[in-house]
Amino acid sequence: MDRAATAEKIAELIEPFNKKGVAITEATTFAGDLEWDSLTVMDFVAAIEDDFDIIISMNQQAEIENYGQLIDAVTKLQG
Amino acid sequence: MTDLFNKFDPLIEQRRALLAGGVEDPFNLVMERVISPTVAVCNGRETILLGTYNYMGMTFDPDVIAAGKEALDDYGSGTTGSRVLNGTYAGHKACEEALKEFYGMDHAMVFSTGYQANLGIISTMAGKGDYIVLDIDSHASIWDGCKMGDAEVVPFKHNDIVAMEKRLKRIPEGAGKLVVLEGVYSMLGDIAPLKEMIRVAKENGAMVLVDEAHSMGFIGPNGRGVAEDQGCLEDVDFVIGTFSKSVGTVGGFCVSNHPKFEILRLVCRPYVFTASLPPSVVHTAATSIRKLMHGANKRAHLWENSKTLHKGLRDKGFTLGTDEPQSAIIAVIMPDLERGAAMWEALLKEGLYVNLARPPATPAGMTLLRCSLCAEHSADQVQTIIGMFERAGKAVGII
Ligand SMILES: Cc1ncc(COP(=O)(O)O)c(C=O)c1O
Repeated sequence: MDRAATAEKIAELIEPFNKKGVAITEATTFAGDLEWDSLTVMDFVAAIEDDFDIIISMNQQAEIENYGQLIDAVTKLQG
Repeated sequence: MTDLFNKFDPLIEQRRALLAGGVEDPFNLVMERVISPTVAVCNGRETILLGTYNYMGMTFDPDVIAAGKEALDDYGSGTTGSRVLNGTYAGHKACEEALKEFYGMDHAMVFSTGYQANLGIISTMAGKGDYIVLDIDSHASIWDGCKMGDAEVVPFKHNDIVAMEKRLKRIPEGAGKLVVLEGVYSMLGDIAPLKEMIRVAKENGAMVLVDEAHSMGFIGPNGRGVAEDQGCLEDVDFVIGTFSKSVGTVGGFCVSNHPKFEILRLVCRPYVFTASLPPSVVHTAATSIRKLMHGANKRAHLWENSKTLHKGLRDKGFTLGTDEPQSAIIAVIMPDLERGAAMWEALLKEGLYVNLARPPATPAGMTLLRCSLCAEHSADQVQTIIGMFERAGKAVGII
């Protein structure tokens, strides 16, 4: 899946987790803008992992702070 | 200059607000005198202890105390050295022999704490390019072991076998895998479906570590833990445990049947670069472990206590962490931190000590009053405890 298609899919997956209806851009941060706690992060990561059939280890998650970085990482992890 | 303490301001403020409400500080209690495994004097008041990890009540066992005193006389107050230099005494070896016998395993390694046992074994066993797959509700010492090593860390939802399996299957071909589980999860007192989880781990080529800190001495026909109880202990590669709970002193260990296990003594940094346990501690531990092998009657009484307290509290209207009692820990779920702290204080004034637990130690942001039972609690004490909970719960407006 290319970056655009990946981005489209992730936009779909993030919808139920974006409870505050924050307008999401590539610069939106998960901890800061979306104010996610660790449990929400885990559930969201699990949803992404299951949909794309990938693993995003905690080590990789530490490098992902905003939405754009997530799309990049998932695009790359699909190999 | 940036004050490096600034990052703690939210926590400082939370504490200030809590204590300004007149609540006694739940994290600064002093046990002035300890009368028995189940009774101490706090703030001048005789208090029933229901928040210790003294599950088997070994802290005042006469044989255990005698072994400690004798070791103090014979070997002195401390070893002043690492296990791999001058810090291995006869007592450390006796402890390891007792553990091998207790678990029926080939190797045992005694650490200075259980925290260090997890830190050491996990960070050493899983190296660069390996994967650690672990339960999201794992103990801090497990997380810190992951953080200290170089492996990729992959958590899964608590006790979720399918989530664990999916992650194992996605790990790249040829990578080393370590699955880390606990027998009893200490916050809610629930147990893991180890038999299924270990089967899935093995099918996917993983080695398995199980932390049995809260089950040793109590759960399983011989008190070896949840894996023994579920009949899958022989499939566990590493059992981690502690002397700070049922054994009744301090220290940690790992037991294993792996033929190459002994090499860990040279490569495991939290084993090498710290002083070994004092002689009195290892002699009390060895004596206690041997007595725990024959603790069937105590185990039966502790189960009775756990069942009685669980039913009693549920009947009074409290919300509990598990539907059925699964261990010696009964977690009472509080609506929020404020009322949790108020309830904790009301119980203390009744003469009952329980453990107040709050995020981030607890799952899902819960505030808990954790009750841990002891085999030395009498049936009468358990009834007294239920009465104290009822009065305090009504006073605070929780039931
Ligand atoms: C699950 C678990 N593992 C390890 C430990 C660490 O044990 P110790 O007190 O010996 O450091 C604890 C105790 O807090 C624990 O609850």
